[in-house]
Amino acid sequence: MTAPRRQLGIKLPTFLPRGWQEFVIERIIWLAGISTILIVALIFFFLIREGLPTFLDIPLRELFGSRWYPTEGHYGLMPLIVGSLVVTVGAVLIAVPLGLLTAIYLGEIAPQWQREILKPLIEILAGIPSIVLGFLGWVTLAPIIQQLGSPTGLTAFTGSLLLAYMALPTVISISEDALYAVPKEYRDSALALGATQWQTTIRVVLPAARSGLVIAVMLGIGRAIGETMAVLLVTGNAANIPEFGVGMFFEPIRTMTATIAAEMGEVAQGTLHYNVLFGIGIVLFMMTFALNSLASRFVGSQTARRRKGQL
Amino acid sequence: MANKIEVRDFSFFYDDFQALHGLNVPIKQHQITALIGPSGCGKSTFLRCLNRMNDTIKNTRAEGEVLLDGKNIYDLDVDVTELRQRVGMVFQRPNPFPQSIYDNVAFGPRVLGMDKNEPLDEIVRQSLMGSGMWDEVRHRLKDSALELNPGQQQRLCIARAIAVKPEVILMDEPCSALDPVATLHVEELMRQLASEYTIVVVTHNMQQAARASHWTGFFWLGRLVEFSETGTLFSSPQDGLTEAYITGRRG
Repeated sequence: MTAPRRQLGIKLPTFLPRGWQEFVIERIIWLAGISTILIVALIFFFLIREGLPTFLDIPLRELFGSRWYPTEGHYGLMPLIVGSLVVTVGAVLIAVPLGLLTAIYLGEIAPQWQREILKPLIEILAGIPSIVLGFLGWVTLAPIIQQLGSPTGLTAFTGSLLLAYMALPTVISISEDALYAVPKEYRDSALALGATQWQTTIRVVLPAARSGLVIAVMLGIGRAIGETMAVLLVTGNAANIPEFGVGMFFEPIRTMTATIAAEMGEVAQGTLHYNVLFGIGIVLFMMTFALNSLASRFVGSQTARRRKGQL
Repeated sequence: MANKIEVRDFSFFYDDFQALHGLNVPIKQHQITALIGPSGCGKSTFLRCLNRMNDTIKNTRAEGEVLLDGKNIYDLDVDVTELRQRVGMVFQRPNPFPQSIYDNVAFGPRVLGMDKNEPLDEIVRQSLMGSGMWDEVRHRLKDSALELNPGQQQRLCIARAIAVKPEVILMDEPCSALDPVATLHVEELMRQLASEYTIVVVTHNMQQAARASHWTGFFWLGRLVEFSETGTLFSSPQDGLTEAYITGRRG
């Protein structure tokens, strides 16, 4: 008895000749691929069209000035840019060390059962809507910071802390993947040379995982700089430039994203103020774009250098 | 001839599975001991017990004694990192770190703080000379170890192992990923190293055991079937199973 031959693959309508089937499938796939590019291009075009008058109608000195009073015709973006930077830098300073250490703990040290508890919890943290974290910051974090001496508790630091916790799951899970990808042979040979667990992690595993760790940090920053709702709630919304120093983390500030979100609803379409809000979008876009290309260049050169072994 | 390592009634378990059954193995000082046997017979497991590399695998358990210079390495007061400095290891696949040739060799001395007593450059030079590759790489110490060919990489791993001045070197099928020429290179190197170090080598290759070792142990299903001088074991094996294996009728 012979078994019936099994039919493999997807069955396509037979009324089309095979050449046509190929053609149609190829076109569908092409369309899927090209649509992403098309949409990015459209977004970019739209952003430029609506935002360009900002850069044409307002002199650059005024635009990068320090006074943001749109109702009185002062469109200085500096307070917003500085605000975004302060919050983001604060968030990164918290999230990166915490995230890397957590990833090292999860990947290298924690016993299996702890890993099985911690990893789903971290994923839940990633799933909390940012506005809910914003609530939490408003209701519980701000009063604590207020008691520490800030008049309202709504400061850049409050925002940084929330953003750090929003970026943490990204930083942790990508760093952990990077550590996991390091071959076991490296660890074995380090241990076999008499290195301790910690020496093995610091001197072999982390350098070998470096490019992945850089990506983790960059994506974490990207998550923080683009976040809107939470920072809108808890950073105090004061468009002024804090004095440079450690103290600037404990001043109320206002970010670019929060400005767009707060003012877009109240501005008349077609006015300069409306255009400037899009202009802010362009600036933000430029910043994240620069960040991303910096990251990919850094990662690229890291890989090249690792191939040459000059880590 | 003194026993560098004396294994007594040694058994090893992965969870409930007993991988090694009451082994008694003498490892002679400054000699090459080869362990042969079919895949899964426990010879690699046994090798990794000699520097406690199996400690890194969860749910494993050892019974019996492994005496290194008369001291049981499974005693509670043994410092495992110090043990591994004394008993080095070379792995099956050449596995240099993705770092420079120099940094690979310097790794062990650095983590053990040996560079406080002796200049690091000198340790690196001597180790690379010891593995017979100083002249090949002396002008490219800053190049990546990954640019070397597999045979060179494996000899670099040997240099890395001897840089920490071990007493015993364990080699887990060190030539199985190498071509015949590179294999002969490494075997030659093993014979040279035997004057200073005690070497235990696991191999699938019986010619290699016959060529390169002084003593040979034959493993079968977690038991040591036969152990004697290499010439004797290959020319007049005492056990029928050994004979069947080395003549290729079992395995």
